[in-house]
Amino acid sequence: MTVLSLSKALNEGMRKAMEDDPKVLIMGEDVGKLGGVFRVTDGLQKDFGEDRVIDTPLAESGIIGTAIGLALRGYRPVCEIQFDGFVFPAADQIITQLAKMPMRSLGAIKLPVVVRIPCGGGIGAVEHHSESPEAYFTHTAGLRVVACSNPADAYSMIQQAIRSDDPVLFFEPKRRYWEKADIDTSSTDWWAPLHSARTVRPGADVTVLAYGPMVKTCLEAATAAEDDGRSLEVIDLRSLNPLDEPVVMESVRRTGRVVVVHEAPVNSGFGAELAARITERCFYHLESPVLRVGGFSTPYPPSKLEEHYLPDLDRVLDAVDRTFGY
Amino acid sequence: MTIDASGASPELVQLLTPEGERVEHPDYDIDLTPEEIRSLYRDLVLVRRIDLEAVALQRQGELGIWASLLGQEAAQIGSGRALTDADMAFPTYREHGVAWCRDVDPVKLLGLFRGVNHGGWDPKEHNFHLYTIVIGSQTLHAVGYAMGIQRDDASAATIVYFGDGATSQGDVNESFIWASVFNAPIVFFCQNNQWAISEPLEKQTRIPLYRRASGFGFPGIRVDGNDVFACLAVTRKALEAARTGQGPTLIEAYTYRMGAHTTTDDPTRYRVASELEAWKLKDPIERVKAYLFKNEQGDQAFFDAVEAEADQLGADLRRRCLAMPDPEPLDIFDHVYREPHALIDQERAQFAAYLEGFEK
Repeated sequence: MTVLSLSKALNEGMRKAMEDDPKVLIMGEDVGKLGGVFRVTDGLQKDFGEDRVIDTPLAESGIIGTAIGLALRGYRPVCEIQFDGFVFPAADQIITQLAKMPMRSLGAIKLPVVVRIPCGGGIGAVEHHSESPEAYFTHTAGLRVVACSNPADAYSMIQQAIRSDDPVLFFEPKRRYWEKADIDTSSTDWWAPLHSARTVRPGADVTVLAYGPMVKTCLEAATAAEDDGRSLEVIDLRSLNPLDEPVVMESVRRTGRVVVVHEAPVNSGFGAELAARITERCFYHLESPVLRVGGFSTPYPPSKLEEHYLPDLDRVLDAVDRTFGY
Repeated sequence: MTIDASGASPELVQLLTPEGERVEHPDYDIDLTPEEIRSLYRDLVLVRRIDLEAVALQRQGELGIWASLLGQEAAQIGSGRALTDADMAFPTYREHGVAWCRDVDPVKLLGLFRGVNHGGWDPKEHNFHLYTIVIGSQTLHAVGYAMGIQRDDASAATIVYFGDGATSQGDVNESFIWASVFNAPIVFFCQNNQWAISEPLEKQTRIPLYRRASGFGFPGIRVDGNDVFACLAVTRKALEAARTGQGPTLIEAYTYRMGAHTTTDDPTRYRVASELEAWKLKDPIERVKAYLFKNEQGDQAFFDAVEAEADQLGADLRRRCLAMPDPEPLDIFDHVYREPHALIDQERAQFAAYLEGFEK
């Protein structure tokens, strides 16, 4: 067992992937000597050279566009988008090219490209550095969208994403980068399939669905709810596209109550997709409507206000209370 | 400073005049055998026929739309014939002549425009990438591919095609930067056909496009895009420079789109007839024909034979276009992902069950 922070777990995961497959490349702004602004790629250029850990010019569309070309040549690029809000200049390449080119070729080509996106708020950053753009990409067919929430998943999921022959958008909870955990790096036996959800805390009364940074918040809420005599089941979705429906629906049928929690604005967010699917599949099992907790329909606020914007333990518990009000 | 509308700058590389006279150029001369010249002529005639047949098919409702290459045959055949098998070409959606040079079956080009698929050929089979419809996106793919060639230490280059309108796109500018700073083995082949749908060149640039390259730190060359010899010579040299580690080149093939942007377009709304008439005098096929005649390298029997071959090619293309089957409804779900995907599997099964309901 090795104690690793989430950022270091990603680093070790990428290192392992690069050792295993010489076609794996890292590319992005500042990923080389600096090791990335969050140091997630720290030391990789030193060990693998500038041809495999590529410091790119400062243009996100260029990063994804050239990664597509490298993938067409047989490479497996792992692109770092420095912050969530900077993925939008690359959105055209991701949506119109990366997602659709394999289908355009009737399957003749594959694009094993990973796009890593440090996402979410809670670190006191300036505008465009705290966003949760996952729903833009879950809406796009041809992409896989996953979100890690803890060091062990970060370590295993990044390697699985790199091995995937499909493009993967890989969301990393930046405010959890420094959290640590024991990881067994000697074996893959404990790895869950990339697109499986995981019940991180069993419970009987309410199903709480979360991913990325909100998993920890929801676990804290579950502990607090225990004092009120309520048993929350917390599920870490881990994969948003595809969604592990069986795990979600089994839990909902048992509890009859659902609270969905994410940092992104509630309006047209991924929670809306979950609410719709649950309603369709589990209508007669529901004791109350599916409730959503998330950001407001505003731009991400200045950092002095983000504690009000971001779902916290109390807002999750408030929603839990409301599910019992029907 | 305004752009040079005539294209007749001292830098314009021309080896064959519109009248069919061979001219010398100190840097880009080329030695072609009569057989090679006849072969280029044949290419020009055949791709024009493919194009005309496709336009006719669209008019008859067999294609939803078609982007004609009429007038740009020399730029495409000249540059396309400069490629070796190991080189990789990234087209936009008008490069039917380059596809011809890469041995892509012409009927495969029709699939996209007929609506039976979004592309449908294997880019690796002929080193000819899929058509890209979003303007300029493919320039970045081409640079990335060239960076892969570098890493493979291969003796090959990439060529990417785009139009004058694309030069306004961010992706094209980013691709110039990437190519320059990584010294990528790539040739940027801009077919300046003077019009981006209805927008004239003046709406894209205030300087000749080939001069853009100097700002990015690599050579830019303007070539007579209606001169197949010059396009071949200039592209061959630029590809060789790329293959030997000398980095990118921007080629501006100065040409003219004789037809509409696509079959949905009406150029009479935005350009004057005299412009078209002036460019007709620079026709890329007629000047090679004149050269062959004057130099007694092609007799009437040869021209008749090429014409007969074009007739046959056109008829064959028509027959095979009409025979192209419609895709099956469940094909919608194919190839979205390489690996199994639960949602796709679920939706496929639901839609299959729905369709079966009609058959009972």
